[in-house]
Amino acid sequence: MMINACIGNALKSISRSRQRFLAVALACLLVSAGFSLPVAAADAGPFDHVVEHQLKNGLKVLLLREARAPIISLQVWYRVGSRNEELGKTGISHLNEHMMFKGTKKYGPKDFSRLIQKAGGDDNAFTGRDYTAYFENGPKTELTRWLEMEADRMRNLRVSQADFDTEKKVVLEERRLRTEDDPISFLQEEVMAAAFKAHPYQWPVIGWFHDIESITREEFLQRYRQYYEPNNCTVVVVGDIEPQETLKQIELAFGAIPAGPEPPKVTALEPRQYGERRVVVHREAQFPFIMMLYHTPNWQDQDAYPLEVLARILSQGRSSRLYHNLVYKQHLALDVGADYNFDHIDPSVFTIYGQPLPGKTVEQVEAALNTEVKRLQTEQVGAKELQKVKNQAVAGFYMRLDSLFYRGMLLGKLETVAKWTLIKDFVPKIMQVTAADVQRVAKKYLVADNRNVGILSPIKTEKPKMERFKSGGQVH
Amino acid sequence: MDKFIKSLSWGLIAALVWTGAAMAAPPSQVLGVREKLPNGLVWLFSEQSGLPLVTLKLLVKAGTLQDPPGKEGLANLAAVLLLSGTKKRSATQIAQELDFLGAKLSAAGGDDFAEVSLTILKKDLAAGLDLLQDILLHPAFAPPEVRRKVAEIRASLKSDEDEPMVVAARAFNKDLFGAFPYGHPIRGTQEGLAAITPKDLQGFHSRYWRPNNAILCVAGDLTQDEARKWVTQIFGSWPEGKIPAVKLPPIPALKDRQVVVIDKDITQANIIWGNLGIARSNPDFYALQVMNYILGGGGFASRLMDNIRVNRGLAYSVSSQFDPGLEAGIYAVTLETKNRSSAEAVDQVLAEIRRIQKQPVTAAELSDAKSYLIGSFPRKMDSLSRRAWLMGYVEFYGLGLDYPWRYPDLIQKLTPGDIQRVAEKYLHPDQSLLVVVGKKSAMPPPFGAGPRPGAEEKKDGQKKTHP
Repeated sequence: MMINACIGNALKSISRSRQRFLAVALACLLVSAGFSLPVAAADAGPFDHVVEHQLKNGLKVLLLREARAPIISLQVWYRVGSRNEELGKTGISHLNEHMMFKGTKKYGPKDFSRLIQKAGGDDNAFTGRDYTAYFENGPKTELTRWLEMEADRMRNLRVSQADFDTEKKVVLEERRLRTEDDPISFLQEEVMAAAFKAHPYQWPVIGWFHDIESITREEFLQRYRQYYEPNNCTVVVVGDIEPQETLKQIELAFGAIPAGPEPPKVTALEPRQYGERRVVVHREAQFPFIMMLYHTPNWQDQDAYPLEVLARILSQGRSSRLYHNLVYKQHLALDVGADYNFDHIDPSVFTIYGQPLPGKTVEQVEAALNTEVKRLQTEQVGAKELQKVKNQAVAGFYMRLDSLFYRGMLLGKLETVAKWTLIKDFVPKIMQVTAADVQRVAKKYLVADNRNVGILSPIKTEKPKMERFKSGGQVH
Repeated sequence: MDKFIKSLSWGLIAALVWTGAAMAAPPSQVLGVREKLPNGLVWLFSEQSGLPLVTLKLLVKAGTLQDPPGKEGLANLAAVLLLSGTKKRSATQIAQELDFLGAKLSAAGGDDFAEVSLTILKKDLAAGLDLLQDILLHPAFAPPEVRRKVAEIRASLKSDEDEPMVVAARAFNKDLFGAFPYGHPIRGTQEGLAAITPKDLQGFHSRYWRPNNAILCVAGDLTQDEARKWVTQIFGSWPEGKIPAVKLPPIPALKDRQVVVIDKDITQANIIWGNLGIARSNPDFYALQVMNYILGGGGFASRLMDNIRVNRGLAYSVSSQFDPGLEAGIYAVTLETKNRSSAEAVDQVLAEIRRIQKQPVTAAELSDAKSYLIGSFPRKMDSLSRRAWLMGYVEFYGLGLDYPWRYPDLIQKLTPGDIQRVAEKYLHPDQSLLVVVGKKSAMPPPFGAGPRPGAEEKKDGQKKTHP
């Protein structure tokens, strides 16, 4: 499916991605799913031959040859997302992403995706809190043209007022689809807004409804000019390439674009939380839902790795603690999980969530989740369980690398939010995590004063009424 | 939604079929090698040594089509319960062993076949295959595990109704297929699941889960000899059986336009329009695939997306898809639009359908569709998991392992006349089904109006249709 917007939100694993967005949603999931590397990867891994280069205009280039098929993935990552927005204009980054398909002087408003598909390629884009990324996947013979097209739309976008207005309607439909009519996504927005009061992670990537409605074409254009420049961008190519040759092509396509002024720094920092915050959403829903968000540090802190391990102990696989205890043994929940991603530009959250089975209550699930947290704080995790999590990390790493696109995403995302070489640190650091580390971070972060609880409390409605009539030609 | 989920992933696959380009294809131009064990198990193998991994996929012709009436969901349950205990391993032991290896093992139902997949590091293959053999040959179907899983599936079926498009898809499938098994979700119905006993599961497993009713695909870091050794050792002792034929009820014909409106307090109307499509064996598959790409399967290259999203801003997502199975599946257009645009959007869908029936597609549209379908095919086989999947698909539907290399010709030879012919033959605006889930009071007529005189009031959507 060709849907040119995938909202990368912080809690992807609980937003139920719609099947029709399969390809893209999957990609998003992969991004947020964290990643891991085996020890061996540090010296002979698939990322050992990454070619890194910076053009004079500041454009960052990362190239990885993988010649299993005559195919490439080209990805263009801009360091701009909802983190770079302000209240009243939320969603402008994502809106900008949509406008990037509206054409330049050289390529008309409908040409971009069509040209790519015509060659057997697929293109799409996605926006997150920290980044906006565009990609083309397909035959390697198209690389030169696609580079040229990406370079062109970096600076030469032309969007008419009419196209701008129409595309805004599309984005409003997207918001209705993703959030307004989805009770769990709606809850997720509410609890993020409660968890962050000083930092832009408080608002959703897609933006608040009225903000999207009120953003003007001029505001979008100003933003586009400010952030879409080579010195705020990383170009990644993975696939059947000759890196030196590809580098020349990139230089040719992007080299003449002048560097722009540095985009404004985001200086906001969420202050420490003193005391639990709770939000309740009353909406039509089949079952209640609970999520708990704890403020946690990001990749810059040594605690990030124990937190990664902690999330896996809680929720990776059917033998994980939350599934085994709450779903399997106690038969309390239909769904449970824990989610932590260390790859954010600023500190974000560690999430634990659960959906009660019919006949069970949110209070029961909350108590059971808290029992699991308590256990992590009072008892050290056993050696075998810790080893299991490390084994899962190594195997999971190789499995994800089966996708070329995913390799590109790892490079692009890490370079955009931190530095791509974190790939090389990751597994050794995961391997170093001890049971004492896990206990320490559980005690330090998973505490009530640092917690934001969101509860979906379904309101009673009449059963949906269904009716049928024969339209007999009157419908249309 | 299961039916739709399947149709969409088929759509992706359908959109993936490829060209004679120089893939990592063996010189013989086949996806892999095909062999057969004495017990009738067909197995396919493709060596892929880029990563230290092995993937196995087992397709068993034990899908929704094999669901007995009144026990809807049995086929899926028989698959997913494989992970819930064997005669010597408990569900917990299975989970612990797998997780300790970091392996991925899944078992799932489907419309035409059930599927078991294992992906594992090569170094752990022996342990993984021992486990795989155990769950396939000796599932316990212990009563507490059955009760637990049934309760879980019934709750998840209900929870999914928070997605309005699921509500729409369920109503659409049910009305389109009637008592035919494609009409109920792969996971079954509340009533069907409630009626299933452990004995039913044992019986189903011993009838259908047989090597001569299955296809095994192996891809990964193994030589052919290694693969043969493993396949023989693990699957050689699986006893074959006589597979009973299934009697399927007829799919009722739509006699006129039927409209179902389901009232729900949401901001968008979730719309499905469609009619019965074709089976995978229908030779018109290729023409229909190209027609569908141009109409609504080709993303921004398609007419529906261009008209309804790009020009009118009425929807974020609008597409058409068809779902060719062993039996005829759906042909459907889906979209979501704010309640008050529902009638306009449906008008445009029907206008595009009439246009593609009445006027030949342009030469440019046809050539772009062909070059996409042909040129994107290599990406359907560019990873371990995709290659294993594609091998299973071509074997199951009888397309042959050289299918990827025959595909370009099948597409290339199509003419505008072929496209128009299949549009006329398989799209039936006057005998079609339209399902709209949205807020009635916010929708304009006809969806917002009350039922017309003489209209049939539809009863509870959860009501049993398959006696």
